[in-house]
Amino acid sequence: MQQSQVLQTPPTSEIKPEPVREGMELVVNGKRFRHTGDEALPLLWYLRDVLRLTGAKYGCDEGECGFCTVLVDGKAAQACRLTVGKLANKHVTTVEGLSKPDGSLHPLQQAWIDEDAVLCGYCQPGQLMAAADLLARKPDPSDADIDRIGTLCRCGSYPRVRKAIKRAAKAMRDAG
Amino acid sequence: MTDTLWLSRRRFLKVMAGTAGALVVGIGSARADAPPVPLVLLGDTWSQVGPYLRVDADGRIFIGARDPDNGEGTATSLPRLIAEELDADWTRVVVMPLGLGVEDGNGEPRWLYGRQRSGQGDSIPTAWTDMRQAGALARSMLLQAAAQRLGVAAGQLRVENGTVIAPDGRRVTYGQLAEAASQLPVPDTVPRVKTPDRFHLIGQPVGDVDAHAVVTGKLIYAIDAADGDTMVAVLSRCPYPGGTLDTVDTGDTLKVKGVLQVIQLQPEAGQGLGMTALAPAVAVLAEDTWSALEGRKKLKLSWKPGSHPIPTLSDLEKQAQVSFDSPDALVTVLRDDGDAVGLLKKKGARRIDATYVQPWIAHAVAEPLSCTVRVDPDTSAVVTTASQAPRDAYTIVQRMTGLRASQIRIDVPRGGGAFGRRLLHDHLAEAMIIAMAEKPEPLRNRTIKVMWTRDEDLAHDAWRAPTIHRMSATIDQRKGITGWVQNMASPNRDLPAPARPWMSELVQDALPAGLVSNFRSNWYALDTPVPRGEWRGTPHLSHAFASESFIDEIANALKANPLDVRLRLLGEPRQLPYRGPGGPTVDTGRLVNVLRQVADRIGWQRWLHSETGLGLACYYVNGGYVAHAIEVVNKGNGQIDVIRAVCAVDVGQPVNPLGLEAQVMGGTFDALSTAMNLSITFRDGQVQQKNFHDYPIANAAQMPNDVEVIIVPSNAAPAGASVLAMPTAAPALANAVFRATAVRVRRLPLLREVARLS
Ligand code: FES
Ligand code: FES
Repeated sequence: MQQSQVLQTPPTSEIKPEPVREGMELVVNGKRFRHTGDEALPLLWYLRDVLRLTGAKYGCDEGECGFCTVLVDGKAAQACRLTVGKLANKHVTTVEGLSKPDGSLHPLQQAWIDEDAVLCGYCQPGQLMAAADLLARKPDPSDADIDRIGTLCRCGSYPRVRKAIKRAAKAMRDAG
Repeated sequence: MTDTLWLSRRRFLKVMAGTAGALVVGIGSARADAPPVPLVLLGDTWSQVGPYLRVDADGRIFIGARDPDNGEGTATSLPRLIAEELDADWTRVVVMPLGLGVEDGNGEPRWLYGRQRSGQGDSIPTAWTDMRQAGALARSMLLQAAAQRLGVAAGQLRVENGTVIAPDGRRVTYGQLAEAASQLPVPDTVPRVKTPDRFHLIGQPVGDVDAHAVVTGKLIYAIDAADGDTMVAVLSRCPYPGGTLDTVDTGDTLKVKGVLQVIQLQPEAGQGLGMTALAPAVAVLAEDTWSALEGRKKLKLSWKPGSHPIPTLSDLEKQAQVSFDSPDALVTVLRDDGDAVGLLKKKGARRIDATYVQPWIAHAVAEPLSCTVRVDPDTSAVVTTASQAPRDAYTIVQRMTGLRASQIRIDVPRGGGAFGRRLLHDHLAEAMIIAMAEKPEPLRNRTIKVMWTRDEDLAHDAWRAPTIHRMSATIDQRKGITGWVQNMASPNRDLPAPARPWMSELVQDALPAGLVSNFRSNWYALDTPVPRGEWRGTPHLSHAFASESFIDEIANALKANPLDVRLRLLGEPRQLPYRGPGGPTVDTGRLVNVLRQVADRIGWQRWLHSETGLGLACYYVNGGYVAHAIEVVNKGNGQIDVIRAVCAVDVGQPVNPLGLEAQVMGGTFDALSTAMNLSITFRDGQVQQKNFHDYPIANAAQMPNDVEVIIVPSNAAPAGASVLAMPTAAPALANAVFRATAVRVRRLPLLREVARLS
């Protein structure tokens, strides 16, 4: 049986308080980051300029286009409308974090390729993240559910995005 | 070794041995006396391969995509042409976007990779004639090498997916043959390209080559480009076209954390660069985007309007009316057949008139304009920007720096939409001015990224200009349309007058020219200092809306079926002369075919009795034939639901039907969304629209669930498709809305007009 060694309490003069940790922590694509800068920094610019994750795109800066959509604790959110300060200990997922760590694609990404849903591609990270949120809530979405996403596509890829969402939904249901 | 094969007096193919046993084929132009690519590019660095193909010893095939791709699909379709002729295994093909190909040619730039322009419908037609030959040459040399290795005549060999197979079944791969092939002399004659019956890739659907990078977020657009040293600039530009900066207070801006410097841009700085004048502006340069944006919010600026007042659209309408009615107005006659004007004046003639008004439209590209530059004025300039015309980008950089071609690099990543906006490089000129402005030492020579915000994008566009068409026709119950006079007014190219037309707008042979024996087409200038540009097939969109709406109005006056009126007008299949892109002739038979196809698909026999509204339109643009049939439901209160959109296209041989379908689908939605909802308006000399809330690009819910695309099979040489679907969607919609609501829309945007008139 192992004996645990009993340590003597050191004299109080030797106890050093932990330094106060500045800033706040958040988790992005599974990795924990500490932010010590301005808490009013919008998540979009934190991702793009600080972490250099450029998958979330700038399109309007006022919540209209959806190009910047990411998941926060699994729910779709517009990164241009959120400040980092509101995200302490939250989990943020960007399009870069959608595939598995081994690089294999998420069923949505595969469906996007299979339906050739990419035109210029600029809106597509936002479309994908909004779709990921939808499928988490509705494994078998209707056309009306898909319409409610509302993410804009300047190139008009809507029918292919619609087909890709349905294809991925089926693949995910089939996989259980 | 290198060897040359001349395709024509001007163009040739060049064969070279790359390192590690690679076979390399380039396309050159006669003005170059050096090889079509600097020899350094023959190294093993794949990103440096020219607009040609390289077959590597390991069997991978690298193909350069020379024309910029902003979503038109050329990065996929052009390399397919080479791969086809090569009988390559597409899964082993690696496509590389090429930057601008330029080198010094005795003080003049020498373009290595051709025009490198995109979005004007000529990428595929050009590639059809030279890229396929590059592939065919490589194939013939690989076959020769195989013949030597296998001891079999080349004629007895066949190729399957990059593997050469002898009659006795022995196989050797392209990779194994590349080195030997690169040592062979090129054949004396250009190997013949394939006949369509032997195509195995052309005409087969294939997905976009960049799709994987896009869906994983790895694709770096220009707006994403940055090194560790990049400073970001956002600008506040003069809101008045032609206006000036009055007062500036930058005190609060400079207090914002991260802001480094504030720089004023004078409009003169943009002069002499071969581009439209830049707006006077104040740039906030910061360590990162957010600091720059916050700094811009704190600027205290006042601006003065220019000396020329900015007319509104209704002011321009008045100008047009005056010109149309005045015998002394300066007129450009585009076409005058028979005596259309005389017929209109004839006593007792039955005439019909209608005026169509179309507003300013913004490009609103998905990826806002951005440009990254790193400039050392004495030695180098490196530019990253999406562009439809990288040569023009080069010219700006060269004129501003005086650097030589070898010192300038223009990288052109995939762009987030273009639609004509990226033919212009005002954002690049701004970035260069900021880069070259006086700066404190630590900021000198750092990389600078200029990023446009959406409000600036809408307010400082080179907009699609408004047009006013007054159409007048003489009609006869028995003979149909006997005469047609078209008066069109659109803004001058620039101020001051006299009239200097925007040349691309004057399509003298646009239909119905040539179909009506008494036909006259006039153009009048409108006076406005508002800058204008190209927008997805500029002239055709507005022209087709006016003419294809008017044909339906004529049909209605004659109480005739609009399909019958069109078929009668188009007549027997024949070739009509056609000047301009897509010429020298237009085939009325092919136009009739696409029209019939959409009519059949939508169920046109229902048109008179359907509760819903059905509408048609057809047009010829840049060598392609297009027709739309649209079905709408009147929901009351000015609400219209588009429930079906059918589009038939004949562009000759489709290179990638999946890409073509995407262009047609996207074009249809853009045209519908624009016609239904969009306009840029001016008040007090400024653009009123600020963002997507008041420039509402349609979302999925506002569009039909699908576009039914019909691609006419054809072996004719392919035409471009990027603007193909634009002209006919709006008039087909307006014609359908008329059937559903009895409201004839002659003024866009359509929904506002339906609400007003209902
Ligand atoms: S940039 Fe966030 S919604 Fe448009
Ligand atoms: S694919 Fe271009 S904006 Fe959606």
